[in-house]
Amino acid sequence: MGLPLNGSREPALVVDDLWKSFGELQVLRGIDLRVSEHEVVCVIGASGSGKSTLLRCINLTEPIDDGRIVVGGEEITAPDVDVDRIRRGIGIVFQAYNLFPHMPVIDNITLAPRKVLRLGRAEAESQAVELLERFGLAEKRDAYPDSLSGGQQQRVAIVRALAMRPRLMLLDEVTSALDPELVAEVLNVIRELAAEGMTMVIATHEMAFARDIAHRVLFLDGGAILEEGPPADIFSSPREPRTREFLQRIIDAGRL
Amino acid sequence: MIDGDSRDTGAIPPPRATRPPRRASGRSTRRSLGIALASTIAVFGLLAVVLVNAPGWEAVRESFLDGENFIESAPRIIARFEVNVRLFVFAEILILAWGLVLAILRGLPGPVLFPLRLLATAYVDLFRAIPGVLVIYLLGFGIPGLRLPGVPNDPFFWGVVALTLVYSAYVSEVYRAGIDSVHPSQAAAARSLGLSQLQALRYVVVPQAVRRVIPPLLNDFIGLQKDTVLVSFIGVVEIFRQSQIRQQATFNFTPYLVTALVFLVVTIPLARITDWLVARERDRRYAAAVGAGAGRARRGRMWGFR
Repeated sequence: MGLPLNGSREPALVVDDLWKSFGELQVLRGIDLRVSEHEVVCVIGASGSGKSTLLRCINLTEPIDDGRIVVGGEEITAPDVDVDRIRRGIGIVFQAYNLFPHMPVIDNITLAPRKVLRLGRAEAESQAVELLERFGLAEKRDAYPDSLSGGQQQRVAIVRALAMRPRLMLLDEVTSALDPELVAEVLNVIRELAAEGMTMVIATHEMAFARDIAHRVLFLDGGAILEEGPPADIFSSPREPRTREFLQRIIDAGRL
Repeated sequence: MIDGDSRDTGAIPPPRATRPPRRASGRSTRRSLGIALASTIAVFGLLAVVLVNAPGWEAVRESFLDGENFIESAPRIIARFEVNVRLFVFAEILILAWGLVLAILRGLPGPVLFPLRLLATAYVDLFRAIPGVLVIYLLGFGIPGLRLPGVPNDPFFWGVVALTLVYSAYVSEVYRAGIDSVHPSQAAAARSLGLSQLQALRYVVVPQAVRRVIPPLLNDFIGLQKDTVLVSFIGVVEIFRQSQIRQQATFNFTPYLVTALVFLVVTIPLARITDWLVARERDRRYAAAVGAGAGRARRGRMWGFR
């Protein structure tokens, strides 16, 4: 199973025997996962293998059928848990950015800190501006989302999640909707987060990126973790035939 | 090879038939304007000639288009329009607020809140089904008739209440359509940041919904503006009642014409603004779908010259 990078501390995320179905369709079949603090885990696998659903379950966007999810030592799937409080500490970024189109960038970022964390406007804005500057978006402060490129929108979405100071970030195929030339700017932001020690679970189709950034790679197949390990092992010498088959298809498509 | 969109230079060019038609140039727009003007003058001129020469035209003119009566009635009737405006403004403010509350109540999730949903749904069904005049009569005559202590018996007050009850049912449906039209991923994004259900509604969903439903709301405003005359039935002397008084004093229908003109003058600009907003909203969505900068061609569309 997952190897905590430092055994002394509690894992940032524990998923125990997670099951999830949509009606007849069994999407997740007993997922077990441990993610240590500061660890970057990439989840790869074909479309429909359950990558997004796994992230959405961890974010409590989807109710789970069975199993347990523990974040920072607290079981977040316990009944009567305050869902809003849990979500505050977990940042999620979606494939389709999902910025709020009716407010400028700065308000997109400060809305949750102001309304949820009850920061004053000045404080929330100075924190937001700091983040925008760090990711090269300072001049977009007052722009509306529809005037930004896809890459800029996705970077704003990442900043929006970071403004809540999450202890765990979930990235759900954040580059899949982008034109190829815009992918790099978003991946660079994620690299920077990884370098700072942000704990992340990243569902991605960018294999080169996963190989480069991940401490550990999970290969999801049919709703179960078929194989996992350091990226060097998974990408160079996969054990499972299904993993080899998947990677071969990726290589054939010129994506690795 | 990377994606499906390969740059295959050997591809067959698209057939001419699929090319978009060319934009009308400035000259041809002016030309169609001229044609429209000429044909309008011709049609309306012909109509006028037919009307004036029709049998009974003299009687019609005497009864409906009495110039002297018009000049004498107009100031008093127009002055009374102030009452309609006040009815409209009070009712409208209440309708906008109450309609939104109803729409949100109907959309609340969870089994615990079922009774609230049921009540809101029953309310909307009820007040959309009952003719407005009936509600005005029931409240305006019925409630003061009960002589309850502390309950106002001012017909203006009950007129505003009745209009609010009836129109908020319609307006709540408009709001609800707007709320439903905001993609669920917006609420999901808000919730994922830790906003509560109500916060997500208030800061993310409702502001977007309201923007989208402004044109249909204006449409309901036009209806409300006209229906303020119904309040005359419970004894409020507003524009319609005033013209009725004039009609009965002079045995001439010209005062009603004054009232009709007042509503025309007020309503037509509102209708044009609504059309303009609808067109703008459509362009904006088109631009959002196609990419920024597209869909700017709007001028002239409203009147159909293109």
